[in-house]
Amino acid sequence: MTNIIEVEGVSKSYGGVVANHKVSMEVPVGRITGLIGPNGSGKTTLFNSVVGYQPIDEGSIKFKGQEISKMNVQQIARLGLLRTFQQTRIYGNMNGVQNMLISVSHRNAAFLDMFKPYPAEMKDKAEHLLEFVGLYQKRKLSAGDLSFGQQKLLEFAMALMNDPEVLLLDEPTAGINPTLINGLLDRLHRANTEFGITLFVIEHNMRVVMNLADNIYCLAHGELLAHGTPDEIQNDQRVIDAYLGAH
Amino acid sequence: MWDNILVLVHAPIFNVQLLIDGILVGSIFALAAYGMALVWGVMDIINIAQGEFVVLGGYVAVMMAQSGIHPFFAIFVAPVVLYGVGWAFYQTIIKRVVDKDLFTSLLATFGISILVQQLMNQIFGADIRRAPHGFGTWGFFDNLVTIEQVKLLAALAALALGGVMVLFLKKSRLGQAIRATAQNARAARIMGIDTDKVYAATYGLNAAICGAAGAMVAMIWVVEPYIGLVYTIRAFMIAIIAGLGNLSGVVLAGLGLGVAENFAGFIMGAEYQIAFVFSLLVVILVGRSILLGRKREYLK
Amino acid sequence: MSSNTKPVLLYGGILLIGIFLPLALPAFQTQISVMWMMVTFALTWDILGGRMGYNSFGNIVFFGVGMYAAASVQHELYFDIGQFEVISDQFNLQLTPDKYLFGLGLGMIIGAVICVALAWVLGSGILRLRGHYFAICTLGLGVAVGELAGTIDYIGAGSGMAAPVFPSAMGSAGLFYSYFFFILVVASFFSLKWLYSTRFGLAINAIRDDEDKAEAMGVHTLRHKTVAWTISAFFLGITGGLFGNMTGFIEPLEVAFPTITFGIFMVAMALLGGKGTLWGPVLGAILFHIIKETTWTYFLGWQWIALGVIIIVNVVFFQQGIMGYLEDKYPHWFGVEVEESNAIDDQAKEATQ
Repeated sequence: MTNIIEVEGVSKSYGGVVANHKVSMEVPVGRITGLIGPNGSGKTTLFNSVVGYQPIDEGSIKFKGQEISKMNVQQIARLGLLRTFQQTRIYGNMNGVQNMLISVSHRNAAFLDMFKPYPAEMKDKAEHLLEFVGLYQKRKLSAGDLSFGQQKLLEFAMALMNDPEVLLLDEPTAGINPTLINGLLDRLHRANTEFGITLFVIEHNMRVVMNLADNIYCLAHGELLAHGTPDEIQNDQRVIDAYLGAH
Repeated sequence: MWDNILVLVHAPIFNVQLLIDGILVGSIFALAAYGMALVWGVMDIINIAQGEFVVLGGYVAVMMAQSGIHPFFAIFVAPVVLYGVGWAFYQTIIKRVVDKDLFTSLLATFGISILVQQLMNQIFGADIRRAPHGFGTWGFFDNLVTIEQVKLLAALAALALGGVMVLFLKKSRLGQAIRATAQNARAARIMGIDTDKVYAATYGLNAAICGAAGAMVAMIWVVEPYIGLVYTIRAFMIAIIAGLGNLSGVVLAGLGLGVAENFAGFIMGAEYQIAFVFSLLVVILVGRSILLGRKREYLK
Repeated sequence: MSSNTKPVLLYGGILLIGIFLPLALPAFQTQISVMWMMVTFALTWDILGGRMGYNSFGNIVFFGVGMYAAASVQHELYFDIGQFEVISDQFNLQLTPDKYLFGLGLGMIIGAVICVALAWVLGSGILRLRGHYFAICTLGLGVAVGELAGTIDYIGAGSGMAAPVFPSAMGSAGLFYSYFFFILVVASFFSLKWLYSTRFGLAINAIRDDEDKAEAMGVHTLRHKTVAWTISAFFLGITGGLFGNMTGFIEPLEVAFPTITFGIFMVAMALLGGKGTLWGPVLGAILFHIIKETTWTYFLGWQWIALGVIIIVNVVFFQQGIMGYLEDKYPHWFGVEVEESNAIDDQAKEATQ
């Protein structure tokens, strides 16, 4: 099993507040890795460090063996390491199809490519993926007019459109109608198996993450608390204490 | 240009002169910047009309001098007049853009700026005007270093006014409401603060501060209808260097800008002064954003 | 009416106006030229302001640079430029038609190239700024360049320089320039129309809607932003070269880099017509120019005050502009289909309900 992301001894503090302290973890290629922890335990900080939103104080972050902790957001995204946002972000004044088309990977974009039109197969792919997340009927609607849950699905479809190797999902089920969560879970699994995308997921909903991930990391107070399979994590006393506030 | 630098090297006393002048006028720039930072921090509006308020204050001093009143008193009269002007602009225009997006408010204040410029041009004419004050000059070191009394007076007045503003914001009820609104307008509203009144007062106070600065400007230099933008840009620059809500930063940056301008004016020649101010703005903004980019950030 | 004849009628009508308007109103040829120029102003401003969400107050820089560049090329070709400070009135600036046209053409091309290079260099720095900072930085840029131009002796410093005189053998200068400006409008309109249909168009829209998201998706944001500005600069450079020749006299603050007239008009016209729409800037510019030219003389000096009022009223009460208002009200005019009208889809919908 090779690791596609390797985080080693990463620390990050804001002023005096330590958000991550010497965190190390590995994301194995082709699998689904979960990241859990109580509020304020530094999960999103770690995500932000990985995708280049902030400089890290120390440590190293490698993607496919390449050091990325000094790169900026766009360079990292073009390597094929993509994230979705906790506060969903889509292009509000563009319609669904346009949102999808602009999300096509810019990995190999040559300078003059920007003056090309979109080929028909890309449009097909966009519509196919919109169908995949169940938004085909809404594809001509302004994305800003979609409901929050639909925007979340659109953002997920946009990420798939980009053909990433790794997708970092920040709370994919937060704010989604509970009856739709099973459908979303199914699609996340299919993204992993059918499209071969490695997933790295922050999730608060324990049922979801236990069903989804093959292995789980747990953060507490900015430090790595535990690592293991869902079963091991579920029965780990330290994790239970962290969630119940014994720390 | 090189010759002028040599002068400064061989006759260090000129440096002292430029430094003193720079510090004295820098305090006036700092005053206008303080007002801009106040409006920016409380209302999230960058007021392009800042310079026009300064010039308008200058015209108050000019008018007073013309009607036989010493223009020094304009430092007290201009703020009263300008508070009214600012309040009126708030009630008619700013009120409607204060919670809209940034570009809308920016453009609305730009519109006010053009409007006031042209009104001043119609009313006072396009000629350069000054407010004669009759203050003398002190000479030191065989008159190699001179201090204009009016500049010292203006600097002291600016300092006093700044002090009054700080006390006002700290101690008075309105001042506390202004600071609360700056921190979180929604929370302030929920707690029963009438933010509309706070905004009106803030915008009026800003105009008043600018008015006082303008009265000083009219005594030290000159005013004309179209000179306002330079003061806006100076205030903006000082505010972004210092950061909002950082009074000592505003004072330091203001004095720094005053000194830098004086030296640049001496070295490059007076015709480059305006170009210098505007180019400095571009350089500072781009420089900062490149530095922030290295830290994976950008100017917000 | 079928969907194909509508654009033909529209474009044909505009073409006829472009051809016959200056002939029908010979006394207003200069006004017509300026009107077309205003359309180019609004169209090029809208690339950044409307489509990309970057509100520039400094596009006037490229207008002025193009103007000075073209005039300098013309002078270098046929005159001894060293004498130019003295000459404006007594020096003979007459040229034969072919020399005039060659000088003008070469001057405009070189001016446009310089503007593109300048936009590239400036843009890769200034376009890192966002929002307020970008707007104010470009405002500073416009004034700074204007002031600096006033210190360069080569181009006549503060007192300005003259452009070559239009050769009388070529007939009416007004007609020549009104056609030339019209061609420029057509060229820029169709270039932009095409451009907005490419990936570039979507990319700059994405930057407008959420630049952070575009970065996170790996879009080359700075590259797209810079290209957008160079395209703007290209057309403005040519416009400047033409306008300098039409006016005949170039001066830094009032003619070449007038931030508070042309510089602000660009913004006001695009907003009036509706920013971010294709026809908005065209409509806004034409309306603005006609209103301005017909009412200005009655204001007796208060016209600039009226301008301030227009901008404020426009911004405060009519943000979306004419086209934006129409698009909100009658979306089907603009081909916006929200729901599927397809019968099969309707059946599918019913089946799921």
